[in-house]
Amino acid sequence: MPTMQHDAFGEHFANPRNVGVLAQANAVGSVGTMGWGDAVKLMLQIDPATDRIEQARFQTFGCSSAIASSSAITELITGKTTDEALEITAADVVDFLGGLPAERMYCSVMTYEAVQNAIADYRRHGAPAPAADSATICKCFGVTEAMAARTIRINHLTDPHQVTFHTKAGGGCFGCYKQVETVLARVNAEMVAEGNLAPRQAYRPGSVPPSSEALKPRGDAPPPLGSGARANIPSHIAIPPRPAPTSAAPRPVLPPSENRDRGTPEQFELIKQAVEALRPHLQRDGGDCELVDVDGNTIYLRLSGNCVDCQLASVTLSGVQAQLAEKLQRVVRVVPVS
Amino acid sequence: MVYLDANATTAVDPRVVDKMLPLFTETYGNPSSKHGFGEAAGAALRRAREQVRALLGAEQAAEIVFNSGGTEGANAAIMSALEASPRRREIIISAVEHPAVLALCAWLEKNKGIRIHVIPVDREGWLDLAAYKAALSERVAVVSIMWANNETGVIFPVPELAEQAKEFGALFHTDAVQAVGKLPIDLKATEIDMLSLSGHKFHAPKGVGALYLRSSVRFKPQLKGGHQERGRRPGTENMPGIVGLGAAAELAAAHMDDENVRVRALRDRLEQGILAEVGQCVAVGAGAERLPNTSTIAFSFIEGESIVLLLDRAGIAVSMGSACSVGSFEPSHVLTAMHVAKEAVRGAVRFSLSRDTTEADIDRAIAAVPPIVAKLRAISPFGSQEGAPQALDQAHV
Ligand SMILES: Cc1ncc(COP(=O)(O)O)c(C=O)c1O
Ligand code: FES
Repeated sequence: MPTMQHDAFGEHFANPRNVGVLAQANAVGSVGTMGWGDAVKLMLQIDPATDRIEQARFQTFGCSSAIASSSAITELITGKTTDEALEITAADVVDFLGGLPAERMYCSVMTYEAVQNAIADYRRHGAPAPAADSATICKCFGVTEAMAARTIRINHLTDPHQVTFHTKAGGGCFGCYKQVETVLARVNAEMVAEGNLAPRQAYRPGSVPPSSEALKPRGDAPPPLGSGARANIPSHIAIPPRPAPTSAAPRPVLPPSENRDRGTPEQFELIKQAVEALRPHLQRDGGDCELVDVDGNTIYLRLSGNCVDCQLASVTLSGVQAQLAEKLQRVVRVVPVS
Repeated sequence: MVYLDANATTAVDPRVVDKMLPLFTETYGNPSSKHGFGEAAGAALRRAREQVRALLGAEQAAEIVFNSGGTEGANAAIMSALEASPRRREIIISAVEHPAVLALCAWLEKNKGIRIHVIPVDREGWLDLAAYKAALSERVAVVSIMWANNETGVIFPVPELAEQAKEFGALFHTDAVQAVGKLPIDLKATEIDMLSLSGHKFHAPKGVGALYLRSSVRFKPQLKGGHQERGRRPGTENMPGIVGLGAAAELAAAHMDDENVRVRALRDRLEQGILAEVGQCVAVGAGAERLPNTSTIAFSFIEGESIVLLLDRAGIAVSMGSACSVGSFEPSHVLTAMHVAKEAVRGAVRFSLSRDTTEADIDRAIAAVPPIVAKLRAISPFGSQEGAPQALDQAHV
């Protein structure tokens, strides 16, 4: 019944239930930031005697799907025990709303994650949250490997674009497409081994090409890199030198040399070669770069020439970062040093 | 419904429709035919060409080449320029061009090794003229800079930019899709070599437009075929569309001055009305020279798609300053290039008026916006009622 379905969505978007701050909340779960384009804060009042969610409220920044999903999740979990609430999936939210646009699936996943976070918060009894559950695979949208893996598993995803629709990973700069493929292939293989996926459905890396890279708007990379000025244009496009240098943001400092983790000599050599390979690109635009050092996944580069004062230093950097990540086949962070 | 999305498209003027209708069932001949039907169509084609010439202030009617609109015009102009001067391998564009130019240039850079200079804009939307000068050289085949921006209405000093390009022998194309019919244009008094326009932005039908080609410009047609449009755009002419374009051009020329005064007053009243009623919002590009019909307002702490959908439910059609991207809505490249504040850039909404807009439309819009913004702000975790906005970059709200 398409009209009914449409109504549930429209109703929860236009007249969302349970909006606002819940002063007596004893469980709070947040997901997202404004820079990523959506953020939800879920507040629950849980009865310690029965473990039941007595009341749920939310505050959400985002599109219609984000608001409708948030409203839906509060309706779905109210009256449930925490164990029951943890079992409610993004697909339940989508069903409740009668469907979401394919590319907006992330909104339902975000509310699922908010419930998980809120209940974890409740069960920690006020202890501070542990650090992120695993490595970040997508820097544009702060997606961790564990989050991507559970989203793939719970929602039976078998295509990298579906992973992007559900987690946003790969929807910004494309720098993490390879990582998305890797996680997807690994989790699909596990699902096959568990008998939850037909072997021919499992994803093989390289079998689906990334979408066109041209003109993809990029998400905000969390660390403030370069001058802070940023234009939403392809990073490979040249920008003419600015007549006057723009005020540069303070540059991050290098950790003391003895504390740096340079990896094996082979790994270090690989990074050196990858940086060398990028230099002609930058030189063509009147700039240059030089490898200063490596510390784990962080690569310290010295930018010179036009790259330094270029208004788009941050775009250049994220382009360099994406290219290095691709060459090295792993997540890296590029930090400029002067 | 109140339609405030004229920069997306406009209604075809009923007077234009009247002029078009006979072309479907009466004067339906092919202008290339030698019989009476063909001659009648040929006459209609000549009249339309003259009407468009007059609107643009071009020297000769033959400089007008009819085509399918802005995207085709920009592609043809840039591709032709590269083909005509193969030793020049650079292009200059602005950071806020329409995808018709931006996507083509990204493709040329990636696949043809063409170097693209992207000239930045400042917070108000003004073009960085020093960067433009620095990018010009004898290596530049073509400059393509829009006359007026579709999202903000900000106007670039195109005649001046064209003169500077001439000094280096570079061709100059302008995407004037948003400017034609809204700004007075007198091409013969400028050095502009090529100009693209699209009918549906000024009350002609969709899918018809024109490319102005100064007679001195060597043009390399991108379509190969018959002799239509002197071989510059082969294919049997879209006669009803072309006649509609001509009629709309004549109407635009006749009403431009009056309409601009009236529309500008309505736009200003709308903008000031909203800014006065709603706190924490900015009119984007209001400090620059702007089209009289466009106002983009960025509302802090809320998201554009929700605003647009709630306004639609309230009977007001506007568009958002974001593009639908994989997994989320991302701020448009235009607003990002203008460094619109982070807490507001995702809450940008464009109101664009036309000569169809009435006082009553503006009253309704001014009344509809504040409660919708208030409602969404009550839902938002940011800029919370308890005073200082929270740190927006932090992972947790
Ligand atoms: C500035 C600008 N250029 C080009 C175009 C594309 O024109 P068309 O739709 O006729 O291809 C548009 C229309 O959206 C526009 O606003
Ligand atoms: S999209 Fe994942 S790192 Fe940019």
